[in-house]
Amino acid sequence: MAKFSAKPDELAKIRYAPPETEWMETPVEFREHMFCHAAKPKDLETVEFPNAHEWSSKDEDWKLPANWEQTILQGMKDLLGKYRSFQLFMDICVRCGACADKCHFFIGSGDPKNMPVLRAELLRSVYRGNFTLAGKILRKLAGARELTVSVLKEWWYYFYQCTECRRCSVFCPYGIDTAEITMMGRELTNMIGLQLGWIGGPVANCYMKGNHLGLEPHTIKSSIEFFLDDIESITGIKIEPTFNRKGAEILFVTPSGDLFANPGTYTAMGYLMLFHELGLDYTWSTYASEGGNFGFFTSNEMAKRLNSKIYAEAKRLGVKWVLGGECGHMWRVINQYMDTWNGPADFMEVPKSPITGTVFDNAKSTKMVHIAEFTADLIKHNKLKLDPRRNDHLKVTFHDSCNTSRGMGLLEEPRYVIKSVCSHFYEMPENTIREKTFCCGSGTGLNASENMELRMRGGFPRANAVKYVHERHGVNMLANVCAIDRATLSASMDYWVPGVGVAGVHELVGNALIMKGEKERTQDLRLEPLPGKEGSE
Amino acid sequence: MDPRNLLSEKRPAILNRWFNAVLDTYPADTSAFLKKQKNQFANPVGHTIHQGMEHILEALLQGTDLDRIAPSLDNIIRIRAVQDLTPSQAVGFILSLKKIIREELGSNTREHSASGELPGLEERIDALALMSFDIYIQCREKIYELRANETKRLTYRLLQRANLVCELPDQ
Amino acid sequence: MKTLIPFFAVVILIVLALAGVNMANMQFLFGVAIPYAALATFILGVIYRVVKWGRSPVPFCIPTTCGQQKSLPWIKQDKIENPSSTGWVIVRMALEVLLFRSLFRNIKTELRDGPKLAYGSDKWLWLAGLAFHWSFLIILVRHFRFFSLGVPFPIRMIEGLDSFLQIGVPLFYMTDAVILAAVTYLFIRRMTIPTVKYISLPADYFPLFLILAIAASGVIMRYFAKVDIVSVKQLTMGLVSFSPVIPKGIGSIFYVHLFLISILFAYFPFSKLVHMAGVFMSPTRNMANDSRMVRHINPWNYPVHVHTYEEYENDFRAKMKAAGLPVEKE
Repeated sequence: MAKFSAKPDELAKIRYAPPETEWMETPVEFREHMFCHAAKPKDLETVEFPNAHEWSSKDEDWKLPANWEQTILQGMKDLLGKYRSFQLFMDICVRCGACADKCHFFIGSGDPKNMPVLRAELLRSVYRGNFTLAGKILRKLAGARELTVSVLKEWWYYFYQCTECRRCSVFCPYGIDTAEITMMGRELTNMIGLQLGWIGGPVANCYMKGNHLGLEPHTIKSSIEFFLDDIESITGIKIEPTFNRKGAEILFVTPSGDLFANPGTYTAMGYLMLFHELGLDYTWSTYASEGGNFGFFTSNEMAKRLNSKIYAEAKRLGVKWVLGGECGHMWRVINQYMDTWNGPADFMEVPKSPITGTVFDNAKSTKMVHIAEFTADLIKHNKLKLDPRRNDHLKVTFHDSCNTSRGMGLLEEPRYVIKSVCSHFYEMPENTIREKTFCCGSGTGLNASENMELRMRGGFPRANAVKYVHERHGVNMLANVCAIDRATLSASMDYWVPGVGVAGVHELVGNALIMKGEKERTQDLRLEPLPGKEGSE
Repeated sequence: MDPRNLLSEKRPAILNRWFNAVLDTYPADTSAFLKKQKNQFANPVGHTIHQGMEHILEALLQGTDLDRIAPSLDNIIRIRAVQDLTPSQAVGFILSLKKIIREELGSNTREHSASGELPGLEERIDALALMSFDIYIQCREKIYELRANETKRLTYRLLQRANLVCELPDQ
Repeated sequence: MKTLIPFFAVVILIVLALAGVNMANMQFLFGVAIPYAALATFILGVIYRVVKWGRSPVPFCIPTTCGQQKSLPWIKQDKIENPSSTGWVIVRMALEVLLFRSLFRNIKTELRDGPKLAYGSDKWLWLAGLAFHWSFLIILVRHFRFFSLGVPFPIRMIEGLDSFLQIGVPLFYMTDAVILAAVTYLFIRRMTIPTVKYISLPADYFPLFLILAIAASGVIMRYFAKVDIVSVKQLTMGLVSFSPVIPKGIGSIFYVHLFLISILFAYFPFSKLVHMAGVFMSPTRNMANDSRMVRHINPWNYPVHVHTYEEYENDFRAKMKAAGLPVEKE
């Protein structure tokens, strides 16, 4: 923390002066609690990332590899040739400023370099200086600059202050997507061995062990068995899911975070109960035990390498199609990348719900269905017996995840499910939901704990909207379809809107689901008393 | 003129100056955004700060119990506690109110001082500043607590598995 | 500095044209050679840019979805904001290109708070942007009267609409006023909104000054310091028929106008102005969200090193067996 500096007199001074220095001349200052630790070299080496080395962003010397500038510039050149989005977005921005105040980090932090346009200009200025004629001749006049260590540090600081949420892209008249630019920026830092520990670790884990947490096969099984014990004590029903079973009809893949982290675990219990009740012929996999993809926050190649396990496992087990759990960036990847990377998945069949017979034509090529689509279809066809009163102690609102809303368009399915299993549902204000939803503030691998301050700032616009419905309607549960949301919004709510819990949609389903032969329930999935069962309502 | 009336009359001007003074602790381009954009959800920071300050000033001038100002103060400090501000900057805006009030009263300051009203108000502002400090510390402690809690949440089942945590059985 | 340099650049250009025509009698250079060169630069430059963009493939299907996806039959898809077919992509693009739909989004959020126009800078951006681009287009189309024998009907129609107020002689064109007002607004906005000012580069001010100067010189020519229209048409027809002539007695302001336009055309492909062509190629807008239905092909997709199931089982076989998990190899 900075030392005491301000005098009350100074605070009262009113000044309308423009920024003292132009952004290009304002070097980045690393503030404590705003950035994440560096990745461990061994994690990077595990997945053959180049230039792994010991370093710290707090040090003056980042121990960059020799010729790092050439590596970056060559890397930029390659990426410009590979991605039209990158080439185009470097060229066509008119700096109209429509995106400026759309970023949750800018809104919450007020740091001008968090304006999406400026975040992109960090990269664009170097692009102009090295790849355009005007920039080479006119230099600063054309908005060009050299690639220096200080520019690199700025990249590092700000490309890891963007959650690739795409909200700015919605408002841009040319659809310029900062997520694309951040991805390129991150690919570039990755080329010279700069990576976050919170990303590098999960990536290495996922590569070697199949999931971000690094759970080994037997651990996955036993942690799910833990849930089964809880489910049995709640419902009296003993569930016996299968693992790595060949010949199952459906492979179920969900983010591994839900196997250990509260409140995601309750969502996982919801899945288990639902599938059991349906008598679904499905299996979990310990090899493809990760729906999420932290590789997506490093490089395209790494993301593809991690993602490959899903189809590989589907093929090995001979399933007909894949069902995917609640997760945000996982679904961006599945919707927009998976088939292109690792398809065609022609060894499977077009997904068809064995319960309702609905054919999921919208997934006829990837062969992967979102659980909210699957469950919404079940409810629509009256295949589930539900008792929404069991969620009567909850006043629920729904947080659209960035990726499922702006990289897919999954808006109504989860809402339909929630409204079917809860009696009290309230929407947040319209400019904070659906395609205009605010990020939780901790996506893209920024959900570490050392950057908690950054996360709280970035999470404020979302929390502010929750606070509004909390105060207005008494909302006390923030439902969502994303494992990172479940993990990080809990902290955000704790800080900004105490009294609001966080739950996955299928936790609410699990609560409301009336299972054949269940005992009279007195507890919800959190083992807390149900309304009316303790005389508490 | 009754001193209290004069202050009430000056309230909008005081609020305006005070709000601007607070926003000027942000970079200029940011403060302009915070001032200009009035939408509660597009600009939650500016909105929350403005609303909070309005409540605080109103309560201060009306002599409301300071404890009742706490929630408004909390809303503001909670934001400032996670922004690029030093602790003194984060809470110092309360004290700047004293100067603004004196400047707004101008030639009437002496009269208000003599009536004991201004010293009384300033004491209350001091008390509020101390409260702000408490809230600031609570927020910062909360940040650390969040980090600890999150680690616990993330690994809860792991600890449970390892029998490192166990809950007391229900009665 | 960010504004002064581009401002003086435009001033210098004007002086250059005036001096060239009045003092050095370089009418041919400014009336024929430079316009030809500028047009060639424009055409070749834009082709170069588009080809360059086109050569970078679109490896992934990455539309920004702004509405409900196509999924279950009973859930209403937002076909415009989240199109799943080419037809609706065209509709989405048309709304984007013709009406600036994404910019319009800013308005929707603000109107809900009540019509407080005072702080609605964003809706003004949409309005000014729209006014500017449309009047620019109309003015451009109107100018075709100088490049064709007779005046084709569509152009006469546009002229008629544009001047339907029937004010003054010559008839006053609304777009002349609109473009001047819109460009002025866009300039003032850039100067006064701190965030926008902060992000602006000299390259953002230069085209504004240039277009302002072009419009102003055009307005002056039409309404105030009138030039000999017959001679102008003689010159422009000479240009289109590739038999250039320099008629005598065209006012020097015309050469200023023509020179600035030439600069604009030549500058166009090498600046942010290419957004006009670029917007059509933006992958977040011009793609259908159908990547789960149809496999999108990445031309540079290459095999990668993966950790296979076999390797995984080798790592954990004992533990898997102990936990009762099925294995491939005993």
